[in-house]
Amino acid sequence: MTSLGLEITELRLGLPGGCPPKEKNEKKREFSEIAEDENSSNSGGDRKTQTKTQIVGWPPVCSYRKKNNVHEKETAKNYVKVSMDGAPFLRKIDLNTHKGYPDLAAAFEKLFGCFGIGGVWKDSDSSEYIPIYEDKDGDWMLVGDTPWEMFTESCKRLRIMKRSEAKDVGLQSRGSQGNLQALVSEEKRVELKI
Amino acid sequence: MTYFPEEVLEHVFDFLSSHRDRNAVSQVCKSWFRVERWSRHRVFIGNCYAISPERVIARFPRVRALTLKGKPHFADFSLVPHDWGGFVYPWIVAMAKSYPDLEELRLKRMVVSDESLELLSRSFPNFQSLVLVSCEGFSTDGLASIAANCRVLRELDLQENEVEDRRGHWLGCFPDSCTSLVSLNFACLKGEVNLGALERLVARCPNLRSLRLNRAVPLEALHKILTRAPQLVDIGIGSYVHESNSEAYVKLCNAVLNCKSVQSLSGFLEVAPCCLPAFYPICLNLTSLNLSYAPGIQGNELINLIRHCRKLQRLWILDYIGDKGLEVVASTCKELQELRVFPYDPYGGGNATVTEEGLVAISMGCPKLHSLLYFCRQMTNAALINVAKNCPNFTRFRLCILDPTKPDHVTLQPLDEGFGAIVQSCKGLRRLSLSGLLTDQVFLYIGMYAERLEMLSIAFAGESDKGMLYVLNGCKNLRKLEIRDSPFGDIALLTNVGKYETMRSLWMSSCDVTLGGCKALAKKMPRLNVEIINEKDQMMENSHDDGEKVEKMFVYRTLCGPRRDAPDFVWTL
Repeated sequence: MTSLGLEITELRLGLPGGCPPKEKNEKKREFSEIAEDENSSNSGGDRKTQTKTQIVGWPPVCSYRKKNNVHEKETAKNYVKVSMDGAPFLRKIDLNTHKGYPDLAAAFEKLFGCFGIGGVWKDSDSSEYIPIYEDKDGDWMLVGDTPWEMFTESCKRLRIMKRSEAKDVGLQSRGSQGNLQALVSEEKRVELKI
Repeated sequence: MTYFPEEVLEHVFDFLSSHRDRNAVSQVCKSWFRVERWSRHRVFIGNCYAISPERVIARFPRVRALTLKGKPHFADFSLVPHDWGGFVYPWIVAMAKSYPDLEELRLKRMVVSDESLELLSRSFPNFQSLVLVSCEGFSTDGLASIAANCRVLRELDLQENEVEDRRGHWLGCFPDSCTSLVSLNFACLKGEVNLGALERLVARCPNLRSLRLNRAVPLEALHKILTRAPQLVDIGIGSYVHESNSEAYVKLCNAVLNCKSVQSLSGFLEVAPCCLPAFYPICLNLTSLNLSYAPGIQGNELINLIRHCRKLQRLWILDYIGDKGLEVVASTCKELQELRVFPYDPYGGGNATVTEEGLVAISMGCPKLHSLLYFCRQMTNAALINVAKNCPNFTRFRLCILDPTKPDHVTLQPLDEGFGAIVQSCKGLRRLSLSGLLTDQVFLYIGMYAERLEMLSIAFAGESDKGMLYVLNGCKNLRKLEIRDSPFGDIALLTNVGKYETMRSLWMSSCDVTLGGCKALAKKMPRLNVEIINEKDQMMENSHDDGEKVEKMFVYRTLCGPRRDAPDFVWTL
């Protein structure tokens, strides 16, 4: 669905102004490489690995058409809200325009200037922010555990959470999902549903 | 023999539009040859390597329209390496010197550089029509040259090309003085387009009949364009994404109502569903509908749209329409002549697709059907026999069963009898593509019955050399034969070598022909180019023995000998 530009009217608790823009340096590259490695080991994240073995040039659909149909599947729009702790208003992104987690991290950085956010998947302290998402069951999950496509299908909304808040809940490994629910539900958040 | 003055002969020959007719008259006698060659304005060259530009120019000095085809058909399916060839540049260089009156150029599967387009745009003051189909190698910069320099351009038609989009304002390069456009198709471009320039261009070209937009043209712009050009006959919608009940949608409905001449609709490259009723008023007069790039239109929406299209002659659709959807087509579109059903999700298993039942329904409901391309997951001999009985008028029959060696799913027999019925019943069949489990028997039928067959595509079929020989010995009018992954070897290749000089080309990949066999063919037939395409190993001349099987072979008749632009991985024997 196209955004109606009404995010600015959403109310959130938090200080006005976003986090200050950070400069990109090599650390980002490090993250991308690692996230890519992790993605390629997840068979679902990589569009090229399929469960069936494919024959080159079969079925005989011309390559122009093949590329277009793949593109089409991806551009069935999938807009989700993205909130970041401390930002005065939410954003919306179309998950289908991103090819994987590194791409998504880059989008976050562009939207909110939260440098190094992908590093959380490396369990590093490269960012003070952690991306989480609400899935179809209403649970809050850490972004990055599942293959990309599984994620895009089940993600309803995204939140970029401050690491300092998560530390209280002991976010040491990916296993500690349960604590996230408690954390998020305890927070008082006022949102204007459109 | 009566002697007519040459002017009279020339006038008579003007009525001959078909290339074959002109070829025939040119062979009657020397004077007819001479008159014909000076009066031939349109030349068709099915294989750009069969002849050199210089020889074409020498024979036909006054050409105004040229059609050129480059890569073999299987290049569409990534079977031909990228830089195999098919460069148009040398042709444009040669024509720039000798054809000052060139007006039209139509290219298919060729490599077209920006340099070529620039040279084209500057060399022919009367240039009117450029049609590029499945080409590559150029960017929007090349299009900018065409727009800027071709003063009387009437047609710019880009179909399914790989274009590097440099997001320049090529549309803005059409000068204000350009008012001659009749046809503009840029649907295959991926990038942003200057909408203001587009609107102004449309507004100043009163003869514009055909306009196909790319996905970057949003709905808001569409209604403005349609308002400016209510005379359009052929529309390709770009993006059709909006909120229903929005003002833009209402304006669009009104604009569409004004377009009373539309006969052809395509595109919907991005679609938010639920707002197709805007087009129902057009549907009544539609003869051509292409929704094969619009997977966003599904289910009831799709069916309801089709129910309005009673005059449809050509329909291109995706296979999720399902058998039920095809039944609606069969009961609604009684004038249908051409149907193409493409696979939406070729690698996914078993989403709604079409089966033999849909095809039978179509054959029963649409007696005028003569051209078919049908991707499905299963087929039966009984269905094909039924189809052959209902539709004896097929000229093109291409069936693709997604699992390449799948038998009749009911009897588990090969599909020989089904295809045999098709070739026996459809006496005018010119093009055939086979699939499914097939033995040599189907080729026996083809050789026996397919007298008019010109192009045959074979994949994963046959049992022995006999299969290919039935075809080579039987099909008198065969011009193009393309075979992949079938057990045909040197005996099949070499038994009837004279046949290849009557054909345009032969492609064989992943078959059983050996290097030795190919060498023998090349030696026996000096007027054929026997190309071995081997991407993996470029030093093949030294390191291979004759018993080795050849991965890809492309054979074509030519008057020019081995081509000089072949890349390293192509070895012409």
